[in-house]
Amino acid sequence: MDKNTNDALVRVDRVEKIFHRGSEDIHVLKDLELVVPEGEFLALMGPSGSGKSTLLNLIGGLDRPTKGTVTVAGERLDQLSDSKLAGWRARHVGFVFQLYNLLPVLTAERNVELPLLLTHLSKSERRSHVQTALEIVGLGHRTKHYPRTMSGGEQQRVGIARGIVTDPTILLCDEPTGDLDRKAGDEILDLLQALNKEHGKTIIMVTHDPLAAARAKRTVHLDKGQLSHESHA
Amino acid sequence: MKYLYLTWSNLRRKKLRTILTLLSIIVAFVLFGLLATIKHALVGGVELAGKDRVVVRHKVSLIQLLPESYKARMERIPGIKAVVHQTWFGGYYQDPKNLFFMQCPVVPDEYMSMFTEFVLSPEEMKAWNSTRTGAVVGRRLADHFKWKVGDKVPIISSLWKINGNDTWEFDIVGIFEGKEKQTDTGALFFRYDFFEEARQEYGKGQVGWYTIRVDDPAKAGDVAKLVDAEFANSPAETTTEPEGAFAQGFAKQIGNIALIVASIMGAVFFTILLVSANTMSQAVRERTGELGVLKAIGFTNRQVLVLVLLESCLLAIVGGVIGLGLAWLIALGGDPTKGNLPLFFFPPRDLALGVVISVLLGVITGFFPAMQAMRLRVADALRRM
Repeated sequence: MDKNTNDALVRVDRVEKIFHRGSEDIHVLKDLELVVPEGEFLALMGPSGSGKSTLLNLIGGLDRPTKGTVTVAGERLDQLSDSKLAGWRARHVGFVFQLYNLLPVLTAERNVELPLLLTHLSKSERRSHVQTALEIVGLGHRTKHYPRTMSGGEQQRVGIARGIVTDPTILLCDEPTGDLDRKAGDEILDLLQALNKEHGKTIIMVTHDPLAAARAKRTVHLDKGQLSHESHA
Repeated sequence: MKYLYLTWSNLRRKKLRTILTLLSIIVAFVLFGLLATIKHALVGGVELAGKDRVVVRHKVSLIQLLPESYKARMERIPGIKAVVHQTWFGGYYQDPKNLFFMQCPVVPDEYMSMFTEFVLSPEEMKAWNSTRTGAVVGRRLADHFKWKVGDKVPIISSLWKINGNDTWEFDIVGIFEGKEKQTDTGALFFRYDFFEEARQEYGKGQVGWYTIRVDDPAKAGDVAKLVDAEFANSPAETTTEPEGAFAQGFAKQIGNIALIVASIMGAVFFTILLVSANTMSQAVRERTGELGVLKAIGFTNRQVLVLVLLESCLLAIVGGVIGLGLAWLIALGGDPTKGNLPLFFFPPRDLALGVVISVLLGVITGFFPAMQAMRLRVADALRRM
């Protein structure tokens, strides 16, 4: 466990995650411990099946550990009910997915607005937040465009704008450059770095790509459900 | 309201599928509206029946006649305020196709006092009383045949003969209006004394049925029993029933309309239910991943359930309202039989029922897909993006 646990934004304590497939138990995470301080840009690396996406899901409150505790922003996620967990996600987490996961029937601005529908903001306030988020990602001029009319890089920028529009405590990115070419991937990584450095956003990013991981302040390597080693930029 | 855009956008996702489903819902509700209109046109008289009136008919059947002498005996029964008689004339004007529903010989003053829903001016009433061959017709009928006061109209009856001839000539002396919009003014009434004198041996001194006004509508049932008891064990025993039941019996001569309508609508809505439910479950299955995204960004299970239900309800309500609106417009065009269905309009009660059915249709068709969406585990759903 990290020495500075008092500053921890994320604390994963002796977590196990077991999936059941038929009669077989698959131990995806084993007695795992991780601390992420506020303002960190952390990369999670590891081979397929090492448990990095599962760990990200646990930190994002999308899944629950079989054993152990996950505490994020002072909240024990393993103790929250489904609806409280949903509310917590809305307030604290922004997600960025590998395949962007935009709703194809909505324009860029409507996609970005989605998390704000869960707030009490007025329509004009929502519009203003959306515009700001899209400008941060450099798409202030493409608000009315549908995802199908955008490049992969642009779609991922919209995905990031949706992730940051509520100004969440933490941004969780699952292979954000995995579906992009090198140039577009670099642009996305530049953007994530800027969000971390200039806006102080805490980011945890799952990646296979060592070049992407090199952009993070710290990289944690997982193997067979356990932390194998870590490196600092 | 802020979710409506999302719901609407989802419906636009597969435009052809949404349009086809919407069309099937529209057709179902047009059918519902038209059948409700036809049903009302056929049995609407039941609802318009006077609460304080009961009808006395022959116990065997409506077509059996009753002695005219019963009138005086009924008038002596306690609880009875007034008694009038009517007789089925069964005639047509010019062409058998012009068989309008009601033509009866009646005693003018007594009849118009009993049926206050027919409004005739005092001058026309006076003219009717002073013209032996005089007849009064309802506004709808007069407009239909373009009759006016002073016209002489021949009515051909297959039941009653006058001087060996089946053509009766009447002088139109008045046109009565309906007190209310729903009042059927598709009738012709003429004088019973003329009819009695002119008709040949068959049926002399006999009438079709009696209408009684009772003192207290709450005691109509007791009065009916007294009337039937009065004529029990006579050659012409009676059955006395509220006017509404009598009108219903009349309507039932063409079948149990309510049952027929309910059966057709049941089959139609069951089919629509399957079509819409299939559309909805397909729509939800196709975007499992997107529902996962919504849950990931903070939508609760219940909010996702409401979103799916909102979608199915929107589809059903839009289809329902368009369908009901079209049915209303068609009904507004008037009686397609040009006279046989005087009460041909889409009753507001059925319109409201149609709206309720459309909401129910939305809830039922959306229920299972919505439950399915609600139970989705976020991590599993995201893998299916």
